Amino acid sequence: MTNMTAKLKNINKTTKNNAVTYGIVIAAYVIVQLLIFSGNLSSLMKGLLVPLCTYAILAVSLNLVVGILGELSLGHAGFMCVGAFASAFFSKCMKDVITLVPLRFFLALVIGAAVAALFGILIGIPVLRLKGDYLAIVTLAFGEIIKNLVNVLYIGKDSNGFHFSMKDSMSLKLEPDGMIIVNGPQGITGTPNDSNFTISILLLLLTLFIIIRLVHSRDGRAIMAIRDNRIAAESVGINITKYKLMAFTISAALAGVAGVLYAHNLSTLTANTNNFGYNMSIMILVFVVLGGIGSLRGSMIAAVILTLLPELLRELADYRMLIYAIVLIVMMIFNWSPKSIQWREKNLAALKNKMKKGAQ
Amino acid sequence: MKKFTKFVSLALASVLVISSFAGCGSKEESTATNDSQDAAETSESTGADTFKIGGIGPVTGGAAAYGTAVKNGIQLAVDEINAAGGINGKQIEYKFEDDEHNAEKAVNAYNTLKDWGMQLLIGTVTSAPCTAVVEKTKEDNMFQLTPSATAVESIQYDNAFRICFSDPNQGTESAKYIGENGLAEKIAVIYDSSDVYSSGIYANFAAEAENQPFEIVAAEAFTADSKTDFTVQLQKAKDANADMIFLPIYYQEASLILTQADKMGYKPSFFGCDGLDGILGVENFDAALAEGAMLLTPFTAGAEDDATQAFVTAYEEAFGETPIQFAADAYDCVYAIKAAIESANVTPDMSVSDICDALKTAMTEITMDGLTGSGITWSADGEPSKEAKAVVIENGEYKVM
Repeated sequence: MTNMTAKLKNINKTTKNNAVTYGIVIAAYVIVQLLIFSGNLSSLMKGLLVPLCTYAILAVSLNLVVGILGELSLGHAGFMCVGAFASAFFSKCMKDVITLVPLRFFLALVIGAAVAALFGILIGIPVLRLKGDYLAIVTLAFGEIIKNLVNVLYIGKDSNGFHFSMKDSMSLKLEPDGMIIVNGPQGITGTPNDSNFTISILLLLLTLFIIIRLVHSRDGRAIMAIRDNRIAAESVGINITKYKLMAFTISAALAGVAGVLYAHNLSTLTANTNNFGYNMSIMILVFVVLGGIGSLRGSMIAAVILTLLPELLRELADYRMLIYAIVLIVMMIFNWSPKSIQWREKNLAALKNKMKKGAQ
Repeated sequence: MKKFTKFVSLALASVLVISSFAGCGSKEESTATNDSQDAAETSESTGADTFKIGGIGPVTGGAAAYGTAVKNGIQLAVDEINAAGGINGKQIEYKFEDDEHNAEKAVNAYNTLKDWGMQLLIGTVTSAPCTAVVEKTKEDNMFQLTPSATAVESIQYDNAFRICFSDPNQGTESAKYIGENGLAEKIAVIYDSSDVYSSGIYANFAAEAENQPFEIVAAEAFTADSKTDFTVQLQKAKDANADMIFLPIYYQEASLILTQADKMGYKPSFFGCDGLDGILGVENFDAALAEGAMLLTPFTAGAEDDATQAFVTAYEEAFGETPIQFAADAYDCVYAIKAAIESANVTPDMSVSDICDALKTAMTEITMDGLTGSGITWSADGEPSKEAKAVVIENGEYKVM
């Protein structure tokens, strides 16, 4: 026993910290599985499981850019959109060709992540060389461009191969046996429903693993050095653009993974302001800020709470959006105002003392 | 200290997660199974004595006008039926959930209603959310009747039906109506390319136009991000000498187009679909500009027949506004379900799946006289067959043409 405690003490703080983060996810998974097994989980919650993981992945991946790299990105939903559409396109084409669901979904994941990463590199190369807030402006524009681009895209497939148009579905000139895959504003319908809770949790764990490993690696320390003092980092020979690009691309790829989950959870995929526009980008940023910039666990929990809240408040009908906003403000004040931090620490210290005395 | 804070935050977070999961779970009585259909069956066969009808639609956000109309329309019909003794003597319970015109929220709303014990679904109001929800109702084999989702995919399974015309139907019917009645020779189309409804109708209108004696001289698109200034589109239509502008769009934008065309001194005739219904009620819009505009809609509040008049009076009394077509569609939905239930002798204690199977057949057998058409029948693919009605705005009122 003493040996065990000694061993536990020897484990350093960051390892313990990371174990807690993984632990929360695994515990949540076990609890949910138990609830499903005992039949105590409502249909609403069952339906929310995959979206919750999706938003947690988004929040954690954005935290890499905002918290660890120290750049502001306002187009995270754009990368999600790219990943979602690329993978849904693939899955719809391959629906009848690859019937093995896990394989098809795995390929969709790879494609979604790769395409999102590609866009991340394309955006990052010119913009990450600059100092200042340019990344925020460019990513904001990128998100809007992607959303509007997807809305004018018409792609169909028939015996002659793929047809492409930016005008309308008639100008695709499909053969009678043809199938419209991307139908402009109607997006992609009929994506196979390949995602499930277990896969989503695994992907969330993978996301956490990638980011935590990155943060504690040599590259991660370089990234954080850039955040803390760019000039100092540059003077010791760190290649600023390379490391910025690395963090940004990984973040984009993970957002693409979230997009794949999103697309394979609903049978209809359309790009509008609510799901892939700036509303969504800001929402993800809110998760990150509320959960604590730089805290992976925090963004995850914030994403889960803020996604659940409007659904759990459904009973309140029209007032729920009002209450949602108030809760947001109250949480922000409670988490971040200096006075409230002071108050929390004072009270917690008192509580701790009491508990100590009680234990004695 | 830090460790303690960490512990507390962890504990609080887990309490929150558990309580939220458990809080929801306690409402449901389903048994341990992953098969949602079985779950539904066991939770529904509890000897309930009322039909539980759920509704889904946007009551907040941009499309709120439609969702609210549907919500009220269903409420009115349910109240009437309950007051008259219910369906086969069984009362109806009704609950409506908001989907914010968002597919993801619509699925959440559907799951919420399922937890409540819904047996029949009226909805959803808008097309894209409906396409997402129909996937779920198919899984659960729940009967679904949508008042106003027009996209083809919205009712692609055999458990789903609709009251309104589909997009292809509206586009084709409009083109036919204009062609057959010789209303115009050169037509310009202004449509919302970012909207499923609008672009869907346009695509089918353009396809049918090939067979009609008129010609589409201009097809100009706008998107949800640029829907305030239409002078460019109107100028193009004017330059192409269009004598009619076809507007497969919603009434807010249409009112702007009419106002801006008037300012340009351009006076073509206007033709729209059911989305144009409501244009006379737009604030700060000079209704005189809409004089002579034609629209294809199954329902007008100004119609003279007794059923419509009774409905409009009751609706105005209950909700303080004139019903739009969506309200009438929703009202008809409830009566269609009533007719189908009576014809199939469905009882509330049947399982969701059994009700669905019975109603699926019954829907194709009934003939209904409703507000949105008389002698409406349904085919097995869920499409209604009814007469398209065109109305013209005269003296600030809709008049059947």
